[in-house]
Amino acid sequence: MSQRFFVAWFDEEHALVSATAAAREQGLSIHDVYTPFAVHGIDEAMGIKRSRLPWICFTGGVLGLSFGAFMQYYASVTSWALNVGGKPFNSAPAFLPVAFEMTVLAAALLSVLALLIRARLYPRVAAPQGLLSRVTDDRFALCLVVADERWNEARARAVCATHGAIDVTYEEIAS
Amino acid sequence: MADPRSKHDSAHAAHPISDLRAPLVTEDRTLHKITEEICAPMERSAGGLWWAGLLLAVSALLLGVVCVTHQIRTGIGTWGLNKTVGWAFDITNFVFWVGIGHAGTLISAILFLFRQKWRTSINRAAEAMTLFAVMCAALFPVIHMGRPWLGFWMFPYPNFRGSLWVNFRSPLLWDVFAISTYFTVSAVFWFIGLIPDFATVRDRATGIRKRIFTILSFGWTGSSRTWSRYESVYGLLAGLATPLVVSVHTIVSMDFATSLVPGWHATVFPPYFVAGAVFSGFAMVLTLMIVARKVLKIEHLITTRHLENMTKIILVTGGIVGLAYGTELFIAWYSGNLYERFAFRNRAFGPYAWAYWTMVTCNVGLPQLFWFKKVRTTPALIFALSIVINIGMWFERFVIIVTSIHRDFLPSSWAMYRPTFIEIGTFIGTFGLFFTCFLLFAKLLPAVSIGEVKAVNSFAKKHPVSHESPVHHGGEAPESDPAPAESEVIA
Repeated sequence: MSQRFFVAWFDEEHALVSATAAAREQGLSIHDVYTPFAVHGIDEAMGIKRSRLPWICFTGGVLGLSFGAFMQYYASVTSWALNVGGKPFNSAPAFLPVAFEMTVLAAALLSVLALLIRARLYPRVAAPQGLLSRVTDDRFALCLVVADERWNEARARAVCATHGAIDVTYEEIAS
Repeated sequence: MADPRSKHDSAHAAHPISDLRAPLVTEDRTLHKITEEICAPMERSAGGLWWAGLLLAVSALLLGVVCVTHQIRTGIGTWGLNKTVGWAFDITNFVFWVGIGHAGTLISAILFLFRQKWRTSINRAAEAMTLFAVMCAALFPVIHMGRPWLGFWMFPYPNFRGSLWVNFRSPLLWDVFAISTYFTVSAVFWFIGLIPDFATVRDRATGIRKRIFTILSFGWTGSSRTWSRYESVYGLLAGLATPLVVSVHTIVSMDFATSLVPGWHATVFPPYFVAGAVFSGFAMVLTLMIVARKVLKIEHLITTRHLENMTKIILVTGGIVGLAYGTELFIAWYSGNLYERFAFRNRAFGPYAWAYWTMVTCNVGLPQLFWFKKVRTTPALIFALSIVINIGMWFERFVIIVTSIHRDFLPSSWAMYRPTFIEIGTFIGTFGLFFTCFLLFAKLLPAVSIGEVKAVNSFAKKHPVSHESPVHHGGEAPESDPAPAESEVIA
């Protein structure tokens, strides 16, 4: 489903950040900001909260560590205890490296999986609908929500003029 | 759409704000030009040099395929190993290739965590190098098993033999986990880094390339909400890859250090191996980059300064390696252990002394030339020295492995080792695999991270004053400058 948005175009990141912050101060709802690279300070300007993905990463690490430790204990002590060079069946220090590797593996894979799911990134045959032109190249687009009670076109245009937008358009973007 | 920056760019951009902070990419570029330049090698037809390189690489790869096929059909007896020297070329090459991979992770993860922004021009290619090097490395233990089709026996899985499990106390098994985790995480890290660039290519391409890059770009739109999460995960992966890379070579060194063989049984091995890995890896990065920047015509993106920074890392890690050599010799004498003393006397003056002194010359002697600024900033000299270090580090592994075991405790079991044609051919084959993959990568994918270079494009350059942004109103003092890039410390 796509929706109509007011789009202010910029060709430079500093103008974009100050315009985004100003639009938020003016009480306009920001749908999203499209940029060719990760712009420093745009999160604060848009009011995006810190991502919770680090918790997923931590959870992955805990799961990986537990699984790694359990797997080795089960295999070496419970399932088939084998005397290797007279060492204790539960040779805990020797189990550290594998447990560590499992921790890293699970934490990394789970965080990436969570990112792909949360950001709806998956292989697709058709490019996303309403992809803005040149935002993966050299244009920065600030998209403001038109269909809500906070919308005020005069204010939006004033913000764009003050902060050096190079163009202003209305675009249909998949929401 | 006129570009309001252009008039400022021409006036200011070439001048750094502070002499201490040189721009990361030289020559001023618009964002579009960066896209154009990085995508250019992918979009134009490959030059004669590339085809010549690919032909050479594929020939080497074919030689390797023939040698490995012969070895698997006939048996490990086609190698020069004997009852005394049970590890030689194969494990030397394994450690050599793993070590080379480590510089890629160091550049992509550790330098990222330290906010070393100069990494942006080289991280993509260095990560690719990591992947290909680890592929080459993993080949050796697999073919050494003799029956590589039973390679899955190395992983613990429920089976009908008990279940009979793998021995979790063995460093060789730790290696299985370390290398496979390392490869997986590096591959994921690399692919995640590529997604935004795939989108950039998708939006420029036509025809079949557009279809391929549409699939690969995972529906990337450039949304800042996605960027925010993406950056968060990228940072997490960097944080995970950092201890991972240290653990991998630590575990590789434990293959030796946990044994009782004089010359192997040393607590200095983990830091010694990790430093050696970074040392050799950076040499390989330099070898590749100096060629790539020339062939792809991106000298302004991978500047002499990038090369110089890498030579400085080589100096540091080379110093650690030299210190480790000295420590080993000192401990061999100081321990009072006869076998240990003999192992080192045999290394330096025994039948493989030529290998030992090649190692010392290449790793400790010649890299000292990097103390001279002239050497650090002359690509031809850096290239020559990077080859020297690659050779030296290969010999280091050969010396550690072969000279330690060819004369152990019992003189009656002493033996000599010399590689057969099959072993040498296999080694050349891995170079073929490595360069085939690397050349294909440089041609088919964005070899430099487009998004990251754009993000540092304005680094240490004056920003336009036309907007009502709080940045720069003339007469700036570097300390009080609120431009975002200023808070970052660079080398």
